[in-house]
Amino acid sequence: MMDVVAALPPFERFYEERKDEIFGYLTRLLGREAAEDAFQETFLRALRAYGKLQHGRHLRAWAFTIATRVAVDERRRSKASAEPPEIAVHDERPAYEELAHLAGGLPPKERAAVVLRYGYDLSYDDIGDALGSSAEAARAAASSGVRRLRRKENA
Amino acid sequence: MTTVPDRLDRRFRDAAASAGLLDVAYDFADSPVGTLLVAASAHGICRISFDPEPERELEALARAFGARVLRSPGPVDGVRRELDEYFEGERREFDLPVDLTPLPDFQQQVLRELVLVPYGHVDTYGALARRVGRPRAARAVGGALNRNPIPIVVPCHRIVGASGSLTGYAGGLDRKQALLGLEGAILPQ
Repeated sequence: MMDVVAALPPFERFYEERKDEIFGYLTRLLGREAAEDAFQETFLRALRAYGKLQHGRHLRAWAFTIATRVAVDERRRSKASAEPPEIAVHDERPAYEELAHLAGGLPPKERAAVVLRYGYDLSYDDIGDALGSSAEAARAAASSGVRRLRRKENA
Repeated sequence: MTTVPDRLDRRFRDAAASAGLLDVAYDFADSPVGTLLVAASAHGICRISFDPEPERELEALARAFGARVLRSPGPVDGVRRELDEYFEGERREFDLPVDLTPLPDFQQQVLRELVLVPYGHVDTYGALARRVGRPRAARAVGGALNRNPIPIVVPCHRIVGASGSLTGYAGGLDRKQALLGLEGAILPQ
């Protein structure tokens, strides 16, 4: 029998459920202006791959994975002009709040790992997928990011 | 919570359609018979729905055409324009193609025959059954019409009972009457 919970929803529903969260995430990683282009690119990439998905499990982590890759590409592309953008904090996410205003200075992967772990509560397995690495590497990136932030905080 | 600005949302929906990435694009249209959901696949109009319950409609569209179903006004602008013209009495035939491909053969055959019933005329279930070569299948023809996914454009409202009674309509008899009234159809007595 078909598993109703895991069935792939129409793209409209996936998009409506995820768009605000992904836009917030991209804004944190890239700043508002670059986030707008990255937003469109993220969901166009999602749309290109969507027809090949076999089920609707892990769609949230999948969306973060695509957004992370788009953001990393974007950071790489604009590295020449790389003043890290101001981090706009619109969300009220207490656990992350202390780190949010500092995460802007981290290297892209550490920054994504910190934001995904403490801002969006993704598992290290999912963060590993997002970064194209193992869960262990994701954990290492997040803790290295946090250590770096602590050093900055104490500096 | 950060929310996506409307213009960014709209830009993505337009880009998705322009890039040809959608299995189905849909939007809503106002009409004298209520709000309609109109949808188009790459091959043509694939759904017009009265009293749409979007959740259910989208699931059905995704099953029939593929999961990449997105609200995107561009691809259905043409359908909306033709519907407006129809409701203003300025259009008697729809020019845009329809996509009936997910339907069973028999139903496709019935609906293709149905499109030939002209504006302002009515015909009977029995006559339609005869024309598709199944003279004893009036009831099956009724079933095929009842599940017509593209009412108005595929004019199932033009089919009435042998006695001239309106019999049934998936969108409700009031709507059937309104559409026939708009077309100035004269029912057989």
